[in-house]
Amino acid sequence: MSIWEYANPKKFMETSSIALPWAAAGALLCLLVGLVWGFFFTPDDYKQGSTVKIIYLHVPSALMAINAWLMMLVASLIWLVRRHHVSALAAKAAGPVGLTFTLVALVTGAVWGQPMWGTWWAWDPRLTSFLILALFYLGYIALWQAIENPDTAADLTSVLCIVGSVFAVLSRYAVNFWNQGLHQGASLSLDKEENVADVFYFPLLVCIGGFVLLFLTLVLLRTRTEIRVRRVQALLARERMA
Amino acid sequence: MIALLLRDLRLALRAGGGFGLGLAFFLLVAVLVPLGVGPEPATLARIAPGILWVGALLACLLSLDRIFALDHEDGSLDLLATAPIPLEGVVAVKAAAHWIVTGLPLTLVSPLLGLLMNLPPDGYPLLLASLAIGTPALSVIGTFGAALTVGLKRGGLLLSLLVLPLYVPTLVFGAEAVRRGAAGMDVATPFLLLGGITAGVAALLPFASAAAVRINLR
Repeated sequence: MSIWEYANPKKFMETSSIALPWAAAGALLCLLVGLVWGFFFTPDDYKQGSTVKIIYLHVPSALMAINAWLMMLVASLIWLVRRHHVSALAAKAAGPVGLTFTLVALVTGAVWGQPMWGTWWAWDPRLTSFLILALFYLGYIALWQAIENPDTAADLTSVLCIVGSVFAVLSRYAVNFWNQGLHQGASLSLDKEENVADVFYFPLLVCIGGFVLLFLTLVLLRTRTEIRVRRVQALLARERMA
Repeated sequence: MIALLLRDLRLALRAGGGFGLGLAFFLLVAVLVPLGVGPEPATLARIAPGILWVGALLACLLSLDRIFALDHEDGSLDLLATAPIPLEGVVAVKAAAHWIVTGLPLTLVSPLLGLLMNLPPDGYPLLLASLAIGTPALSVIGTFGAALTVGLKRGGLLLSLLVLPLYVPTLVFGAEAVRRGAAGMDVATPFLLLGGITAGVAALLPFASAAAVRINLR
């Protein structure tokens, strides 16, 4: 029993069809609990008023935007090293999901920034690096779309993902160079003394869990679709041969 | 490798296009921006470093698809791939040739355009130096983008989409170096970082580019 068993599309389809409803139900439950708890049963912040509640969408989506890229990086490496097609398809499936999370983080951030900072957008290091991350996602997805041969596409996007990761990190530190900017520092670190207060912390954790499960659900769903698309293509190709 | 470099340079110079076109584009940017934002010297002086860097970057972008496209069309890329020198070396030479026909002339004419943009006098040596250090990175990164899109029919727009985010660190540090210099501040940090990016990119990216070319030729 090893994890590489799931590289077999048939095995992957069987297991994911069992896991998918659980992940979807878990995501729904967590998001429902977390968001209702966050929106209606936490006090307003004494400075920010009720706008603080955007945190329950903003922080988890920003977190998952970065994690989705990390997942794509791991999947790409697995594809390059072990040539498992499911891995390449999972990376492909995660691209648009990650882009959506990035955009959600940017939009909720703008909505939050307007009342708090008095501006929708500032060229703050964190904001800028997220915009750049969105561009990386766009390039990655566009490359998948542009190449017809699936194996070539998988190879090239994997190479792009690896190089892009390095440059995404570089860009993050490059824009840091300007100054600290408007955006506050991290307030959820495990090793810091001052974090966000517990009343906000626990519903936030539930929301983050919900977003993780949501990501898992969407990626599984999209990977399954990709596998089915491949099967249809293979069938069509066989028919043409016959 | 030297023969390949000379061949690429000769092709670029005699076939026309890329070489002069990039320079003309750079000039156009430096002319259009003052027309767009108005001729106040103070405003122009403030935005000059950034505009000149962005102009150089876009001018560099223009000629990227020529790096591999022509060789791919007439099949000489396949020959180069089977040549005795490793493909990584071929890719590095291609990047060097691209720099010599675009990055180097851009660097050399940049003081002239700095004049048009009313760059403060302190900025000129720094503009030259930062472009001289930074444009090789643009060529190497651009070669990687060109390698990714070499097999595509209409790769031009995709190439820009892929390459521009990769240009961000170079652009930030390059423009920052000139801006700080023009304001009379210390420039060592951005220069060291810019040099670090160029050196790192020149050392590592040819491997990725060569991998991409190999995949595309498969």
